[in-house]
Amino acid sequence: MAVVLVLVLIVVGSVLFHFLSPWWWTPIASNWDYIDHTIIISFWITGIVFAAVVLFMAYCVFRFRHREGNRATYEPENKRLESWLMIVTAFGVTALLVPGLFVWSRFVTVPSDATEIEVVAQQWQWSFRLPGKDGKLGTSDTRDVTADNPLGVAPKDPNGQDDVLVEAADLHLPVGKPVKVLLRSIDVLHDFYIPEFRAKMDMIPGSVTYFWFTPIRTGTFQVLCAELCGQGHPLMHGVVVVDTEQDYLAWLGQQQTFAQLSAPPQSGSANQPPGKIIASSLGVAANSKLSRSAQ
Amino acid sequence: MVDVTPADAIPPAEVGEVELYHPHSWWTKYVFSQDAKVIAVQYSATATAIGLVALVLSWLMRLQLGFPGTFDFITPEAYYQFITMHGMIMVIYLLTALFLGGFGNYLIPLMVGARDMVFPYVNMLSYWVYLLAVLVLVSSFFAPGGPTGAGWTLYPPQAIMSGTPGGQDWGIILMLSSLILFIVGFTMGGLNYVVTVLQGRTRGMTLMRLPLTVWGIFTATVMALLAFPALFVACVMMLLDRVLGTSFFMPAIVEMGAQLQHNGGSPILFQHLFWFFGHPEVYIVALPAFGIVSDLISTHARKNIFGYRMMVWAILAIGALSFVVWAHHMYVSGMNPYFGFFFATTTLIIAVPTAIKVYNWVLTLWRGDIHLTLPMLFALAFIVTFVNGGLTGLFLGNVVVDVPLSDTMFVVAHFHMVMGVAPILVIFGAIYHWYPKVTGRMLDETLGKFHFWVTFVGAYLIFFPMHYLGLMGVPRRYAELTDMTIMTESARHLNSFISIMAFTVGFAQMVFLFNLIWSIRHGRGAGGNPWRATTLEWQTPQTPPAHGNFGKELPIVYRWAYDYSVPGAKEDFIPQNVPGDFAPSREPA
Repeated sequence: MAVVLVLVLIVVGSVLFHFLSPWWWTPIASNWDYIDHTIIISFWITGIVFAAVVLFMAYCVFRFRHREGNRATYEPENKRLESWLMIVTAFGVTALLVPGLFVWSRFVTVPSDATEIEVVAQQWQWSFRLPGKDGKLGTSDTRDVTADNPLGVAPKDPNGQDDVLVEAADLHLPVGKPVKVLLRSIDVLHDFYIPEFRAKMDMIPGSVTYFWFTPIRTGTFQVLCAELCGQGHPLMHGVVVVDTEQDYLAWLGQQQTFAQLSAPPQSGSANQPPGKIIASSLGVAANSKLSRSAQ
Repeated sequence: MVDVTPADAIPPAEVGEVELYHPHSWWTKYVFSQDAKVIAVQYSATATAIGLVALVLSWLMRLQLGFPGTFDFITPEAYYQFITMHGMIMVIYLLTALFLGGFGNYLIPLMVGARDMVFPYVNMLSYWVYLLAVLVLVSSFFAPGGPTGAGWTLYPPQAIMSGTPGGQDWGIILMLSSLILFIVGFTMGGLNYVVTVLQGRTRGMTLMRLPLTVWGIFTATVMALLAFPALFVACVMMLLDRVLGTSFFMPAIVEMGAQLQHNGGSPILFQHLFWFFGHPEVYIVALPAFGIVSDLISTHARKNIFGYRMMVWAILAIGALSFVVWAHHMYVSGMNPYFGFFFATTTLIIAVPTAIKVYNWVLTLWRGDIHLTLPMLFALAFIVTFVNGGLTGLFLGNVVVDVPLSDTMFVVAHFHMVMGVAPILVIFGAIYHWYPKVTGRMLDETLGKFHFWVTFVGAYLIFFPMHYLGLMGVPRRYAELTDMTIMTESARHLNSFISIMAFTVGFAQMVFLFNLIWSIRHGRGAGGNPWRATTLEWQTPQTPPAHGNFGKELPIVYRWAYDYSVPGAKEDFIPQNVPGDFAPSREPA
């Protein structure tokens, strides 16, 4: 009989936990509240099915438990019941799938006014590239990566000269403007993930992947790498700051272009020493030490 | 209504019996044995032994997650080695080997009424190659650099690069070699299981009279024979990339400032190959569990399985569909996003036959005569955890919902519930059910009850709350959750709670192991058919069954496997090999 009680407790406990526990998603900061709605629909449908199946099972165990003289009913099939259950299930599945695919079609359809920006990942840091005045990103190739050109921007491409590079620092974005994020990696798989934006996508060396979103509120958000990328994976954090238009432009004005960065060092460009990438190659040991001492 | 008299249903023997190879010495009887039952025990013991390693690894990783910074020896490198080996051992070397090599070997010949597997010698080789694969796997713990820490999915490029533990050492080479060996060994066993089910059935054992256990193992084996080659190919290619410097999966890469020699390979290709194997693998583990649990429920509720024909078709439909859903593991992999429409649709369609199976298990309980034995308790627990894990699969399969949840602890909670906890509960139920046949003695009931309650409730308390960590956005495969803005203080406490439950559940498994060993000598005598079950393995002349299983004459099968509580029959079960028409036999024609 204990098992009947436990089955009921599991249903009641799970439902209470769902509604009362403090663990829930972070406040959303992008236009993807559609995804949150789809998750809520999924919770309702699956929650009802879970409760129904387990409670019915608890009832069966209670009602039909063995007692002296009991005998089971002999009923191999019941075509009507089986067909009905199949239809109801198909209906429930459709109710999950249709909104899901509808939102997915939005997710994969990038609005035409979205600004393209690029995120470049490497073990274990994030860099960013924004189009310059021409509004176009220059081409890039992993083979072009050198100590002076850590993102591998094609040196000869005129479109790339005015690209704004943000190397291993925070990215700023203006609030309310749709962004198409182009994702690139120069070493292993990574995944650009900001929990508050709900969206994420892997980055694959040799390919450019993408997703889009519109930041809907200002704030500072942490970037996490969501695809295992080696031992520095849990420390591969970054920062995206969503600004008002004004703050954004002020920040943008302080950034340097590819042409400025790749010019021979003369004036005060000491903030981007060419040895940067070598320093990050020492980051393996440094990172794991850091991780121990951080605790 | 079937109006044929039973005798008409039994075709005459078409070919005479072939004499079995009889062992001449202790070595050929117990070590290099060709008896499927001995091979089954060897497979099970080896899988359990390596499974204990995986259990300890899970403790180590829960120590780190629950009490970060307390244990200095768990470096990020070590943590990734723990999760990788835990995952690979559990999925391949424990679950696959135990269900197919263990239960498949023991039950197929007995349940279909055969004297042994069709190719006993190849069957023996299968085990020894499997053992070799396990030894190679274990050797990586002692190799320079330790085992691979690439995650059980072994995604390149990182799997063979220096930023990953074992990537430029022996770890990844030994892992890939071990998998290749495992697949070679499995193929030898798998061909045996398929041919034995198709060719080795006794007279009267039509396909639609097979117990669902056999259907589950049979379909899973066919799937494994079709799916493992994709993994085999992927392993060979990655081994070539690693050892000979080819570029199957390796594009141009700058590693820590240095250009690597690779060029033009595709990391995504590996993922497609891996999941073309990896998704069917989920069902390779699940289908035998489905089959076995059907028989446990039917036997212990003293009622025929509800909707047998639908159950068989559901198994076959799930088996077929599982080959066209693999890319649902890759929604955020960067593959063409339009694939999402197709794979989300196929994935959610698979929910229909799966749901039918759940309904039929529960409807088998309806108006049954439910004996709350240990196998029945584990079967009930399986339904709860499987329904829970299956329903969260509807989140992750529904492409857009997967976007925020993929690569988070939600995924970890989901797959542990559905293909970790649920099938393992079936394994426990099955062991409590068939142990009396294997040893002639019952397992201790009190220890069994303790084991059941701690395992079932504990596992639910581990994995149910874990979904909500994923919903918060906590990523999986994080050796540490320091400096993470979404991680709240209460979430850290939840992690500690989960860890404590994990140690508790692990401890209960030690009690189970003790029970397994203690009861061999001290268990209550079981007799030949303690559960009063219908299937042929309970009708053997000796318990444990002797070599050749069935004495002089093979049994003849007159009925399906589910004649429980037949109206008009004196007992509440009629074994499959009992002739005679007991009133309204409504066995499906």
